[in-house]
Amino acid sequence: MNYHSSLLPLAAICISLLVTVPILLSDRKPNLRESWTLLAAIGKFCLVAIMLPSVLAGEGFVLTLAEVFPGVPIQLRVDAMGMFFALVASFLWICTSIYSIGYMRSTQEQSQTRYYASFAVAISATIGVAFSANLLTLYLFYEMLSLSTYPLVTHKQNDEARASGRKYLSYILGTSIGLVLPAMLITYSIAGTLDFTAGGILAGHASKATLALLLVLFLFGFAKAALMPMHGWLPAAMVAPTPVSSFLHGVAVVKVGVFSILRVIFGIFGPDLLRSVDLGMVITTVASITILVASLIALSQDNLKRRLAYSTIGQLSYMILGAGMLSAAGMTGGLLHIAMHAFGKITLFFCAGAIYVASHKKYISEMDGLGRRMPLTYGAFLLGSLSIIGMPPLGGFISKWHLLLGAIESQQLVLLVVLLGSSLLNAAYFFPIIYRGFFASPAEGQDLSGIQEAPLCCLIPLLTTATLSLVLFFFPGVLLQLVRQALAL
Amino acid sequence: MTATNLHLYVMVAPLLSAFAVNLLGRRSRNWIAPLALGALSFSTLGALLTLQRVLQHGGYRYTVGNWQPPYGIELVIDPLSALMLLLISAVALVATVGALKSVEQELPGREHLFFTLYMILVAGLLGLVMTGDAFNLYVLLEITSITTYGLIAMGRGRAPLASFNYIIMGSIGACFYLLGAGYLYILTGTLNMADIASILPGLQGHAAIATAFGFMMVGLWVKMAFFPLHNWLPNAYSLAPTGAGIMIAPLMTKVTVYLMIRVMFSIFAPEYTFFAHPGVQAGIVWVASLAILCASALALAQRNLRRMLTYILVAEVGYMVGGVWLANSTGMTGAVLHIVNDALMTLCLFLAAAAIVYRTGSLDFDHLRGLYRRMPLTMAAFTVGAFSMIGVPPTCGFFSKWYLILGAVEAGHWEFVVALLLSSLVNAVLFFRIIEIAYFKVNPQPSGDGLLAGEAPLWLLTPLLTAAIALLAVGIGSGPLVNQVIRLALPPGLAP
Amino acid sequence: MDQLLTEIVGKYNYWLYVVLMMIGFYAMIGKRNLVKKLLGMNIFQTAIILFYVSTGVKRGGQIPILDKHAALSHGVDASQIINPLPHVLMLTAIVVSVSVTGVALAILVRIYREYGTLEEDEILEKIRS
Repeated sequence: MNYHSSLLPLAAICISLLVTVPILLSDRKPNLRESWTLLAAIGKFCLVAIMLPSVLAGEGFVLTLAEVFPGVPIQLRVDAMGMFFALVASFLWICTSIYSIGYMRSTQEQSQTRYYASFAVAISATIGVAFSANLLTLYLFYEMLSLSTYPLVTHKQNDEARASGRKYLSYILGTSIGLVLPAMLITYSIAGTLDFTAGGILAGHASKATLALLLVLFLFGFAKAALMPMHGWLPAAMVAPTPVSSFLHGVAVVKVGVFSILRVIFGIFGPDLLRSVDLGMVITTVASITILVASLIALSQDNLKRRLAYSTIGQLSYMILGAGMLSAAGMTGGLLHIAMHAFGKITLFFCAGAIYVASHKKYISEMDGLGRRMPLTYGAFLLGSLSIIGMPPLGGFISKWHLLLGAIESQQLVLLVVLLGSSLLNAAYFFPIIYRGFFASPAEGQDLSGIQEAPLCCLIPLLTTATLSLVLFFFPGVLLQLVRQALAL
Repeated sequence: MTATNLHLYVMVAPLLSAFAVNLLGRRSRNWIAPLALGALSFSTLGALLTLQRVLQHGGYRYTVGNWQPPYGIELVIDPLSALMLLLISAVALVATVGALKSVEQELPGREHLFFTLYMILVAGLLGLVMTGDAFNLYVLLEITSITTYGLIAMGRGRAPLASFNYIIMGSIGACFYLLGAGYLYILTGTLNMADIASILPGLQGHAAIATAFGFMMVGLWVKMAFFPLHNWLPNAYSLAPTGAGIMIAPLMTKVTVYLMIRVMFSIFAPEYTFFAHPGVQAGIVWVASLAILCASALALAQRNLRRMLTYILVAEVGYMVGGVWLANSTGMTGAVLHIVNDALMTLCLFLAAAAIVYRTGSLDFDHLRGLYRRMPLTMAAFTVGAFSMIGVPPTCGFFSKWYLILGAVEAGHWEFVVALLLSSLVNAVLFFRIIEIAYFKVNPQPSGDGLLAGEAPLWLLTPLLTAAIALLAVGIGSGPLVNQVIRLALPPGLAP
Repeated sequence: MDQLLTEIVGKYNYWLYVVLMMIGFYAMIGKRNLVKKLLGMNIFQTAIILFYVSTGVKRGGQIPILDKHAALSHGVDASQIINPLPHVLMLTAIVVSVSVTGVALAILVRIYREYGTLEEDEILEKIRS
């Protein structure tokens, strides 16, 4: 891939950063404030989309912002992998912005200005991570994301929210400073650079023990990927308003974690190096355990958002598992699952939020019969969960198919068992919700007659993303091509 | 005024203005601001030009009054001292803007006295970084110390007691230094640093050299509050008048670290300092690591913002001493960069504290509730300062920490790596505790003074925001700063 | 033992300064009365000043006041006059020490006015209560 110097990546990152100023200034004019958000969301997506054709044609973009350390600048670079992630994230931000308006207004949340401003910073950081050319730049945006999402987690400002905020920061900041930073410095002192390079930068520089240490530091250091035992923050972060949970803790934040790990695996270590020293096992083992344990815990959760959170933890490890297989199909599946899971999970979270807006119910046991009052929402929920489980004809099937292929290709039948077993568990924790929604009769004394579908602003985004999960099964072309380019297949 | 003695005017301007402030400020306090700010602006400009000149033409020596060394006093202007000149004058300038307002509130009617001492202190600090004479260094060190004692004693309540303890400790430190210099004088017959440096290698193995070195180091460590010699600092700095803290806290410890570097490399050579007694070098890095950890732990126990900051200051001294003693150029780069960064971070945080105390009258954690709503800009700047202390990129704190950790990795001092990382984490806990209180805890019952409090006055807000922006600017510009200034300022003979 | 004794006797002045210094140091650290601390500090400084002055002394040396004509015609025999530089330096050091003492005394006056005592323990007790 050739790279041209261009301001486009910076513009794509900064548009939402800059829009925080008008958002803060229009504190007392909600309509104006939300227009700014929407404007930035659409603008951002357009800026990303403009770059898409040339990336597909093998022409990337690069921009050096500052030379901070010898050999390590703060540099933005748009390549296929970054473009893939940025495309998904920036598109889903539009949906979330619309959804936020509906949700926040219906539930009459406080401090909405702060909410929108933090949200805008967070999406900037997300795109920044996608477009980072080296580990330092990635780290910079990673930290920016951690800090900008803190006000969102503590949004409710009560004791529970503050406690969750503390937990969130301790996990995220603790691991990034305590594990990633030293790992990055060791890498730098070994390799003299931090650029993401196809084939890695560590080959020939370090012993197996050092590599193993670095790998473990990176895997657990990017705690946003919620590999066990670094997953505790994600269920805690569910106290945030639902748009935050859906976008940030379903898509942006967690996938930034996965994306960072994948970048490190592909760009710092290089699959060949990992294969040659047999370290893929480390990754797949951790990921497999996380997948199974998280799915089992999800079964026992009655709070809908918490169940979704544990489901997310499990699904994130699919992506890491795929990368850890170090086979072409596995890596394709892992990367592709970022997008497929994003569309599926955001739909599910949107639905959870819509149910809360319409009925103020958080617990699955209270949702009996709700599906008949909110058929559209529950229909979308069905599509979303089918995609996560990996049933055709939904997007999730494609990525899971690749993962299965990858497991076979790398001749690790254990992983095959893990994948199939976990899919069964996924079904086991999703179908009861749908079943109860449509077929169970409401509990004694429960009057559901007043409940109807959530406002349009909530409904449209969730229907859109659900439809897209379906569409992606039939037209995965662009995404698949980006993934193939990213893996240089 | 010619370009060759420009640096002299950098120091003389605040000195002269000190007397002018005393005489004219006595009549009307309207004189103080223009005099102090004028002199410091002049100094800053002069320091900038000096630095530029040094970077272009290399360092030079200047004999005061044309008394030839080794008898006369020599000033040494090299990239490092020129950088320090700029740092001191710029930080003092920004701090003064804030101090003016704060002193007006806290010490009404005594402003001219305060600013007399204040300006002499700045002049002393500027002189300290230039001097090339070991004895002159002592005198200037005491000038800065005595003015600091006075400034601290102007605070309320227990401040005089804290100041007295500081006097005792400070004098011990200064005497130790003087004793060390005396040993060197006996050995070499000269007090000119360059002269001593040229004679010392011929006296290899003389036990008195080690004694001299030890005394000088311990003396300076007391002065810079290097753990476990730090006891005087938290009280002294947290009880000082707010206006004094704004300037003393960012500059005093940093200048003393600079002096340590001077002594280690301009009087003694790196080969001696680090490699004559290798156990000592490793030992001091261990002590520095311990200093960082203990000071961080002590900071956790504080329930007052300013006291917490003073303990962080002690921890930061550990960063710099450890960085210098890593004995490689990366660690040294980190230490020098951290001198700059820490001065700016401390400035930012102390200014924020000053702004808060100006409006609310207290810095106890319980009084910080809901502050983000009432003083959004102040708290925004405070947050930037906090992030820098934690070491979040792209604030400057991250970049010096990077070099320090990298230096420690290269030197194989893993204990220092661990200490730095843990201290970052503790800083995160410390500052997020405050952010949580100030941001997400709403005042339960709006107290009388709480309602009155609005955004800080422009005189405090401007320097505060300047400092906050500087944190980001220095962070992003740290590449050129290191490549074009600090790299030149490193003492020769360090392992690459 | 003999050797040590000769060492001590031969450089008795330096040993005296060490003793003085230790006395001062003990007073600064060990005493609880603030004035005694201050006096200790003075003793400590005096010891160092004496130490410096001693370094300038030469056996049989004259005071360094030179006759212009004699110096011009015969030159100066450095071994015949004591080294004036330490004395000059110590003048400065004395000034420093006096100013520190001055500041410290002024502060002590303030402390006394505030607490009515100069015993550190009593002051701390008053602060606590």
